[in-house]
Amino acid sequence: MRQFLLSAPKFMVFAVPIAFLAIFFFYPLLSIFQVSFAPGGQPDLSGFVALVTRPYYRELLWFTTWQAALSTVLTLLAGMPAAYAFARFSFPGKTLLRAVLTVPFVMPTVVVATAFLALLGPRGSLNGLLTVLFGPDAPAVNLQHTVTLILLAHVFYNIAIVIRVVGGFWANLDPQLEEAAMVLGARPRQLFREVTLPLLMPAIGAAALLIFLFTFSSFGVVLLLGGVRYATIEVEIYQQAVNLFNLPLAASLSLVQMVFTFLLMWLYTGVQARATVPLNLRSQVAVQKPARTARQRFFLLAALGLPALFVLAPLTALVERSLSVGGEWTLQYYLTLSEAQRRSIFAVSPLVAVRNSVLFALATTAISVILALLSAYLLAPRRGEGRRGLWRRVLDPLFLLPLGTSAVTLGFGYIVALDAPPLNLRTSALLVPIAHSLIAFPFVLRSLLPTLRSINPALREAAAVLGARPLGQLREVDLPIIARSLLVGAVFAFAISMGEFGATSLIWRPEWPTLPIVIFRFLGQPGVANYGRALAMSVILMSTTALAFILIERVRVDEGSEF
Amino acid sequence: MKISMRWVLPGVLVLLLVACGTGGQQNGTAASPTEPVTATEQPEGSGERLQLRLVTHESFTASEEVIAAFEEAHNAELVLVPLGDTGAMVNQSILSVNNPLGDVLFGVDNTFLTRALEADIFVPYESPNLANVPERFRLDAEHRVTPIDYGDVCLNYDIGYFEEAGIAPPESLEDLTEPEYANLTVAPNPATSSPGLAFLLATLAHFGEDGWQGYWADLRENGVLVTAGWSEAYFDNFTAGGGEGSYPIVVSYASSPPAAEGATAAVTSDESCFRQIEFAGVLRNGKHAELAQAFVDFMLTPEFQEDLPEQMFVFPVVEGTALPESFQQWAQVPENPAEVDPAFIEANRDALIADWTNVVVR
Repeated sequence: MRQFLLSAPKFMVFAVPIAFLAIFFFYPLLSIFQVSFAPGGQPDLSGFVALVTRPYYRELLWFTTWQAALSTVLTLLAGMPAAYAFARFSFPGKTLLRAVLTVPFVMPTVVVATAFLALLGPRGSLNGLLTVLFGPDAPAVNLQHTVTLILLAHVFYNIAIVIRVVGGFWANLDPQLEEAAMVLGARPRQLFREVTLPLLMPAIGAAALLIFLFTFSSFGVVLLLGGVRYATIEVEIYQQAVNLFNLPLAASLSLVQMVFTFLLMWLYTGVQARATVPLNLRSQVAVQKPARTARQRFFLLAALGLPALFVLAPLTALVERSLSVGGEWTLQYYLTLSEAQRRSIFAVSPLVAVRNSVLFALATTAISVILALLSAYLLAPRRGEGRRGLWRRVLDPLFLLPLGTSAVTLGFGYIVALDAPPLNLRTSALLVPIAHSLIAFPFVLRSLLPTLRSINPALREAAAVLGARPLGQLREVDLPIIARSLLVGAVFAFAISMGEFGATSLIWRPEWPTLPIVIFRFLGQPGVANYGRALAMSVILMSTTALAFILIERVRVDEGSEF
Repeated sequence: MKISMRWVLPGVLVLLLVACGTGGQQNGTAASPTEPVTATEQPEGSGERLQLRLVTHESFTASEEVIAAFEEAHNAELVLVPLGDTGAMVNQSILSVNNPLGDVLFGVDNTFLTRALEADIFVPYESPNLANVPERFRLDAEHRVTPIDYGDVCLNYDIGYFEEAGIAPPESLEDLTEPEYANLTVAPNPATSSPGLAFLLATLAHFGEDGWQGYWADLRENGVLVTAGWSEAYFDNFTAGGGEGSYPIVVSYASSPPAAEGATAAVTSDESCFRQIEFAGVLRNGKHAELAQAFVDFMLTPEFQEDLPEQMFVFPVVEGTALPESFQQWAQVPENPAEVDPAFIEANRDALIADWTNVVVR
């Protein structure tokens, strides 16, 4: 029982993430639900009635679910070979490649839609290539407004999750386990199925869950690439809340989305906690070797080359367009970024927008990492505790809920709830990193938990026997082992903040415009020049982010002991 | 280069503190990280600068010197509170009516006007400068809102495309259903785009409550492409938008051609355009009502009105306002735009969109 009832100081520490969620998530959400379901004190259940009676909403839930499930499976399939390559091989340009493959994560959907159409649209490069190869009668490909394009975009956005979350965990798996199985006569396929895959399950599960949540609440991709035929619950919530101001219906849909998310999390976290076995995780430096045989080299080329091509093609299309005016190469769009709006009160030099975005992203990363560390220790069971602690199994999915919640619902909640001291934050720039952290912190937590749960408790006991106090145990035993997953989480926290637009568009301050906001403002005005400037700003966003990723990867716990 | 983990967190925190400290000072407009707290209204000229908070949509902008002139004349500081698109701004203002996010609002248009008026978020104010605004722009007899600018949502076409193809450019809504214009038109979805809804309203006014569905069915037959938003239609699918588009006719604004510097033109025949009028209003329960009224007056002065076209690609409502050269040369104003009563729009928005979806999508 000792571990079950937390001591007072421990409780204070663990109360931080719970308080953060309570103040900035549940309180605003309950406030907007109260306004929506009981305006003026009278209960209004018209939203639920509409949900149940109109078959359209069943179709909506069905489409939202199956496209998310299919996107998840496709992303896993596309990312696993690359995850293996990153985990087990060393090769030149590894950090750079990993950074580039993560860049899609921050790209605004409007810009990605443009890039995809430039490649796969009716007059896209793919059709150009087909014409060159097969003559003018070549079959034309037009993926605009198809489910295929939605799925491709989801893979494009999320492949980095597989590579980093699974690859990072894989890198630390002790190869001796696999070697032992091989000595015992296991064939490669058998080895993968019976040894490697079960060991990887916690990380694969975490990655799949995150991808599912992101695509389940997909907004821009479905709206822009899917055309009028397809909508997710998230799209419908925006439509009901903003255009039709039907708050009872919007809130009902939000609630359905959240309940669905919670149930899924509940299932997952139950399985996840049991799937984890204590492992002797190894430093990845000891594990990674360069490709030696021709077969290994070919594998590396295919496993890394194909995803790289897939991710780089749209990004390159954007760079190329931002640098050309009427077929001529020029820096014109970059040079006129601030000039274009010089007289305007919204004039933002690209450097200021970069500074703002980076500062918000750093703040988001700091907040998310601290919150995730605290909650990870709250959620990871102590030795001897077994599967006790129902509250832990409730808390775990609760922490993930912000990922499955509509931005506009929460944004409206802020307007209603955070309007009086001491929480009068409605027009504060602080709300931006707070809102970003709500999305980023569950991500860091997910990335952290598989590793933390795998730490062999014997290590902590040994440290305790040797006289290490709890904080010492944390620093000397846990931190070196979880550092890698913490960094993976930090990279994504940073990326989520750099690219976030949905929530930001409702709460940004004119004194602190972010890169996605500036891009969006350029795209709101006609003229080829504004389009070019939006693309130029996107390239700046891409480069800043890639650079930041590379710098973050340089962070090491201590030389020699890195994992 | 290796960065030790133990320096990372403290380093980030120091950086943030420094940045927050300096970031606030180098901006003229308020960058206080918390909501500005102004105790009581000071009489003008008493020395202390008041903060006037302007709730607006994400597209609002103005010239720096124009805003500075207002701030100086009234010893005030203008703080902008952008709240997303027009719908999001109106809804958030309704949700916060008892404790508004600002003193004055700019940007509610005739498609959202009735929603805002029914929620009673404005205090009536009749600006003396309204005298120079033609009657047709004044949609609220009680002066809860004041018209500031307008823009006409019209078909735009790529002049070069039609010259090259040897086809006459479209001259009316009806033309788009003719065989020679098959697969040439791209329009934003009225469910997700405000110009999309405006164009639907133009067809409603032109073809009548029982005729517009048939027109859209014909458009669909004739291969109209529907996109989620205006920027996707204009930049990605319009031949003169900058992208790789293949549609030479797009739903946009009559004020878009100046931005395309003459490469495009608008169709402005009778009832083929829908006029969006943007209004400003003094917010109920705001802190500085007098200053808010002064800002409404200011938005109707020549200074602000002349600044509107090149900042927001809209037309000034005050008669006789000088237009910039690019607008004189390329912008068009339809003489007889379609008219739809704002109350009708608010009451039927849901049904119109549902009908449209049935005709065009299902």
